[in-house]
Amino acid sequence: MKTILNGTQVAITVDRLCHQLIENHLDFSQSVLIGLQPRGIYLSDRIYRTLQKLLPGVHINYGKLDITFYRDDFNTQLHVPNETTIDFSLENKKVILVDDVLYTGRTTRSALDAMLDFGRPSVVELLVLIDRRFTRQLPIQADYTGRTVDAIISEKVKVRWAERDGKDEVILE
Amino acid sequence: MSLSVNHLLGIRGLQRQDIELIFQTADEFKAVLQRPIKKVPSLRDTTIVNLFFENSTRTRISFELAEKRLGADVVNFSASGSSVSKGETLIDTVNNILSMKVDMVVMRHSASGAPHFLSRHIDVPIVNAGDGINEHPTQALLDAFSIREKLGSVAGKKVAICGDIMHSRVALSNIYCLRQLGAEVTVVGPPTLIPKHMEAALGVNVSYDIRETLAWCDVANVLRIQLERQNTPLFSSLREYSLAYGVNRQLLDSLQKEIVVMHPGPINRGVELSSDVADSGHSIILNQVENGVAIRMAVLYLLSGKKAGKVVE
Repeated sequence: MKTILNGTQVAITVDRLCHQLIENHLDFSQSVLIGLQPRGIYLSDRIYRTLQKLLPGVHINYGKLDITFYRDDFNTQLHVPNETTIDFSLENKKVILVDDVLYTGRTTRSALDAMLDFGRPSVVELLVLIDRRFTRQLPIQADYTGRTVDAIISEKVKVRWAERDGKDEVILE
Repeated sequence: MSLSVNHLLGIRGLQRQDIELIFQTADEFKAVLQRPIKKVPSLRDTTIVNLFFENSTRTRISFELAEKRLGADVVNFSASGSSVSKGETLIDTVNNILSMKVDMVVMRHSASGAPHFLSRHIDVPIVNAGDGINEHPTQALLDAFSIREKLGSVAGKKVAICGDIMHSRVALSNIYCLRQLGAEVTVVGPPTLIPKHMEAALGVNVSYDIRETLAWCDVANVLRIQLERQNTPLFSSLREYSLAYGVNRQLLDSLQKEIVVMHPGPINRGVELSSDVADSGHSIILNQVENGVAIRMAVLYLLSGKKAGKVVE
């Protein structure tokens, strides 16, 4: 087991990602933040809270998207759905999808599919805490990355959050 | 989590966790149905046949919509106009359809146990859409789901099932479902329409007094009088039945309490339920119909995932 990011590093990384978002989206008037259920929402909650602190008084559209019904592995694994809360239109918006780990790219593909049912965004970006290189099965890459990790298939990247697991950390097993 | 059964033949074979999983999944499908695009691609590789050997409006349209909104391919079959009238057996009919690569069967049949019989001979998931006077599981699930939506939960609630209990598959499925979820159930109707020994066999209360039962209950599920299944007359006239057991505004007003009124449809207006109650704020009849699509989507989704075997939280 190897620690990739400890609690302090997670906090610094989230801060950095928020500043990068502000650099590109300024006042977020045309941008929306979408966390991917189930695990991406811990990161998107942090990002949302940090952005609110950094941009006091600015309204940011923030939603959560469940991709269960759009998965391409329905025939091999049955997933239990989570809640989708997107109470605004994505039509012509700049969408920032947020997930914890970018691995094969299949979750992101499903998310793109699911998202299109809420409207046609003008731009879609992807923000991830961990980008695993060399494991992609689809031509998908992140626009904002917390940390890039080179890991072989048999290794597992685990992201832990204080809200759920007691403390923030990213480990490689 | 996954269903403990491979077919939905009745509520009788379900565990409480199964029902809760179906509700949890249906919650999300209900949210999908509120969107501008009411469709998900989950079952895009699945072909489903709706075998209706008996008439139906709501259930059939509801299943077909549920299937289409899951992205499945749908084939409809009705006994009238088919080779059933030439004497083809049930098993031959189904095997012929399955050999055209169909992945799931939804079946309504006038013979009780027809889907159970079929499940022993074919290996694709079967959903019972009503078999004779036995069970109508998706109706019971959507009824309980509607109660949960309206009152917050089913456990501890007092539910009256009123009318033609003897001929009603909705009544039997509802009793299994509500009891499994911890509700208290009373069946009420004329003695000739209530089978004997129901208390002992199913754990329900039996009453022959509609006013007393309505004064007791939180929810009244009023059933249709099924004249087509009565071979010998069991009450003297519809008018007399309506006077003694019909649910009307006057009766509800005299109780001075809020009761949720349900009906599985089709309503015999003015017989078991008067129009001023059916169309009132008490009634959640149209919510039941709306929830039917989400419940059936959940059932089809979870059953078709059974072949997947492995389940991930």
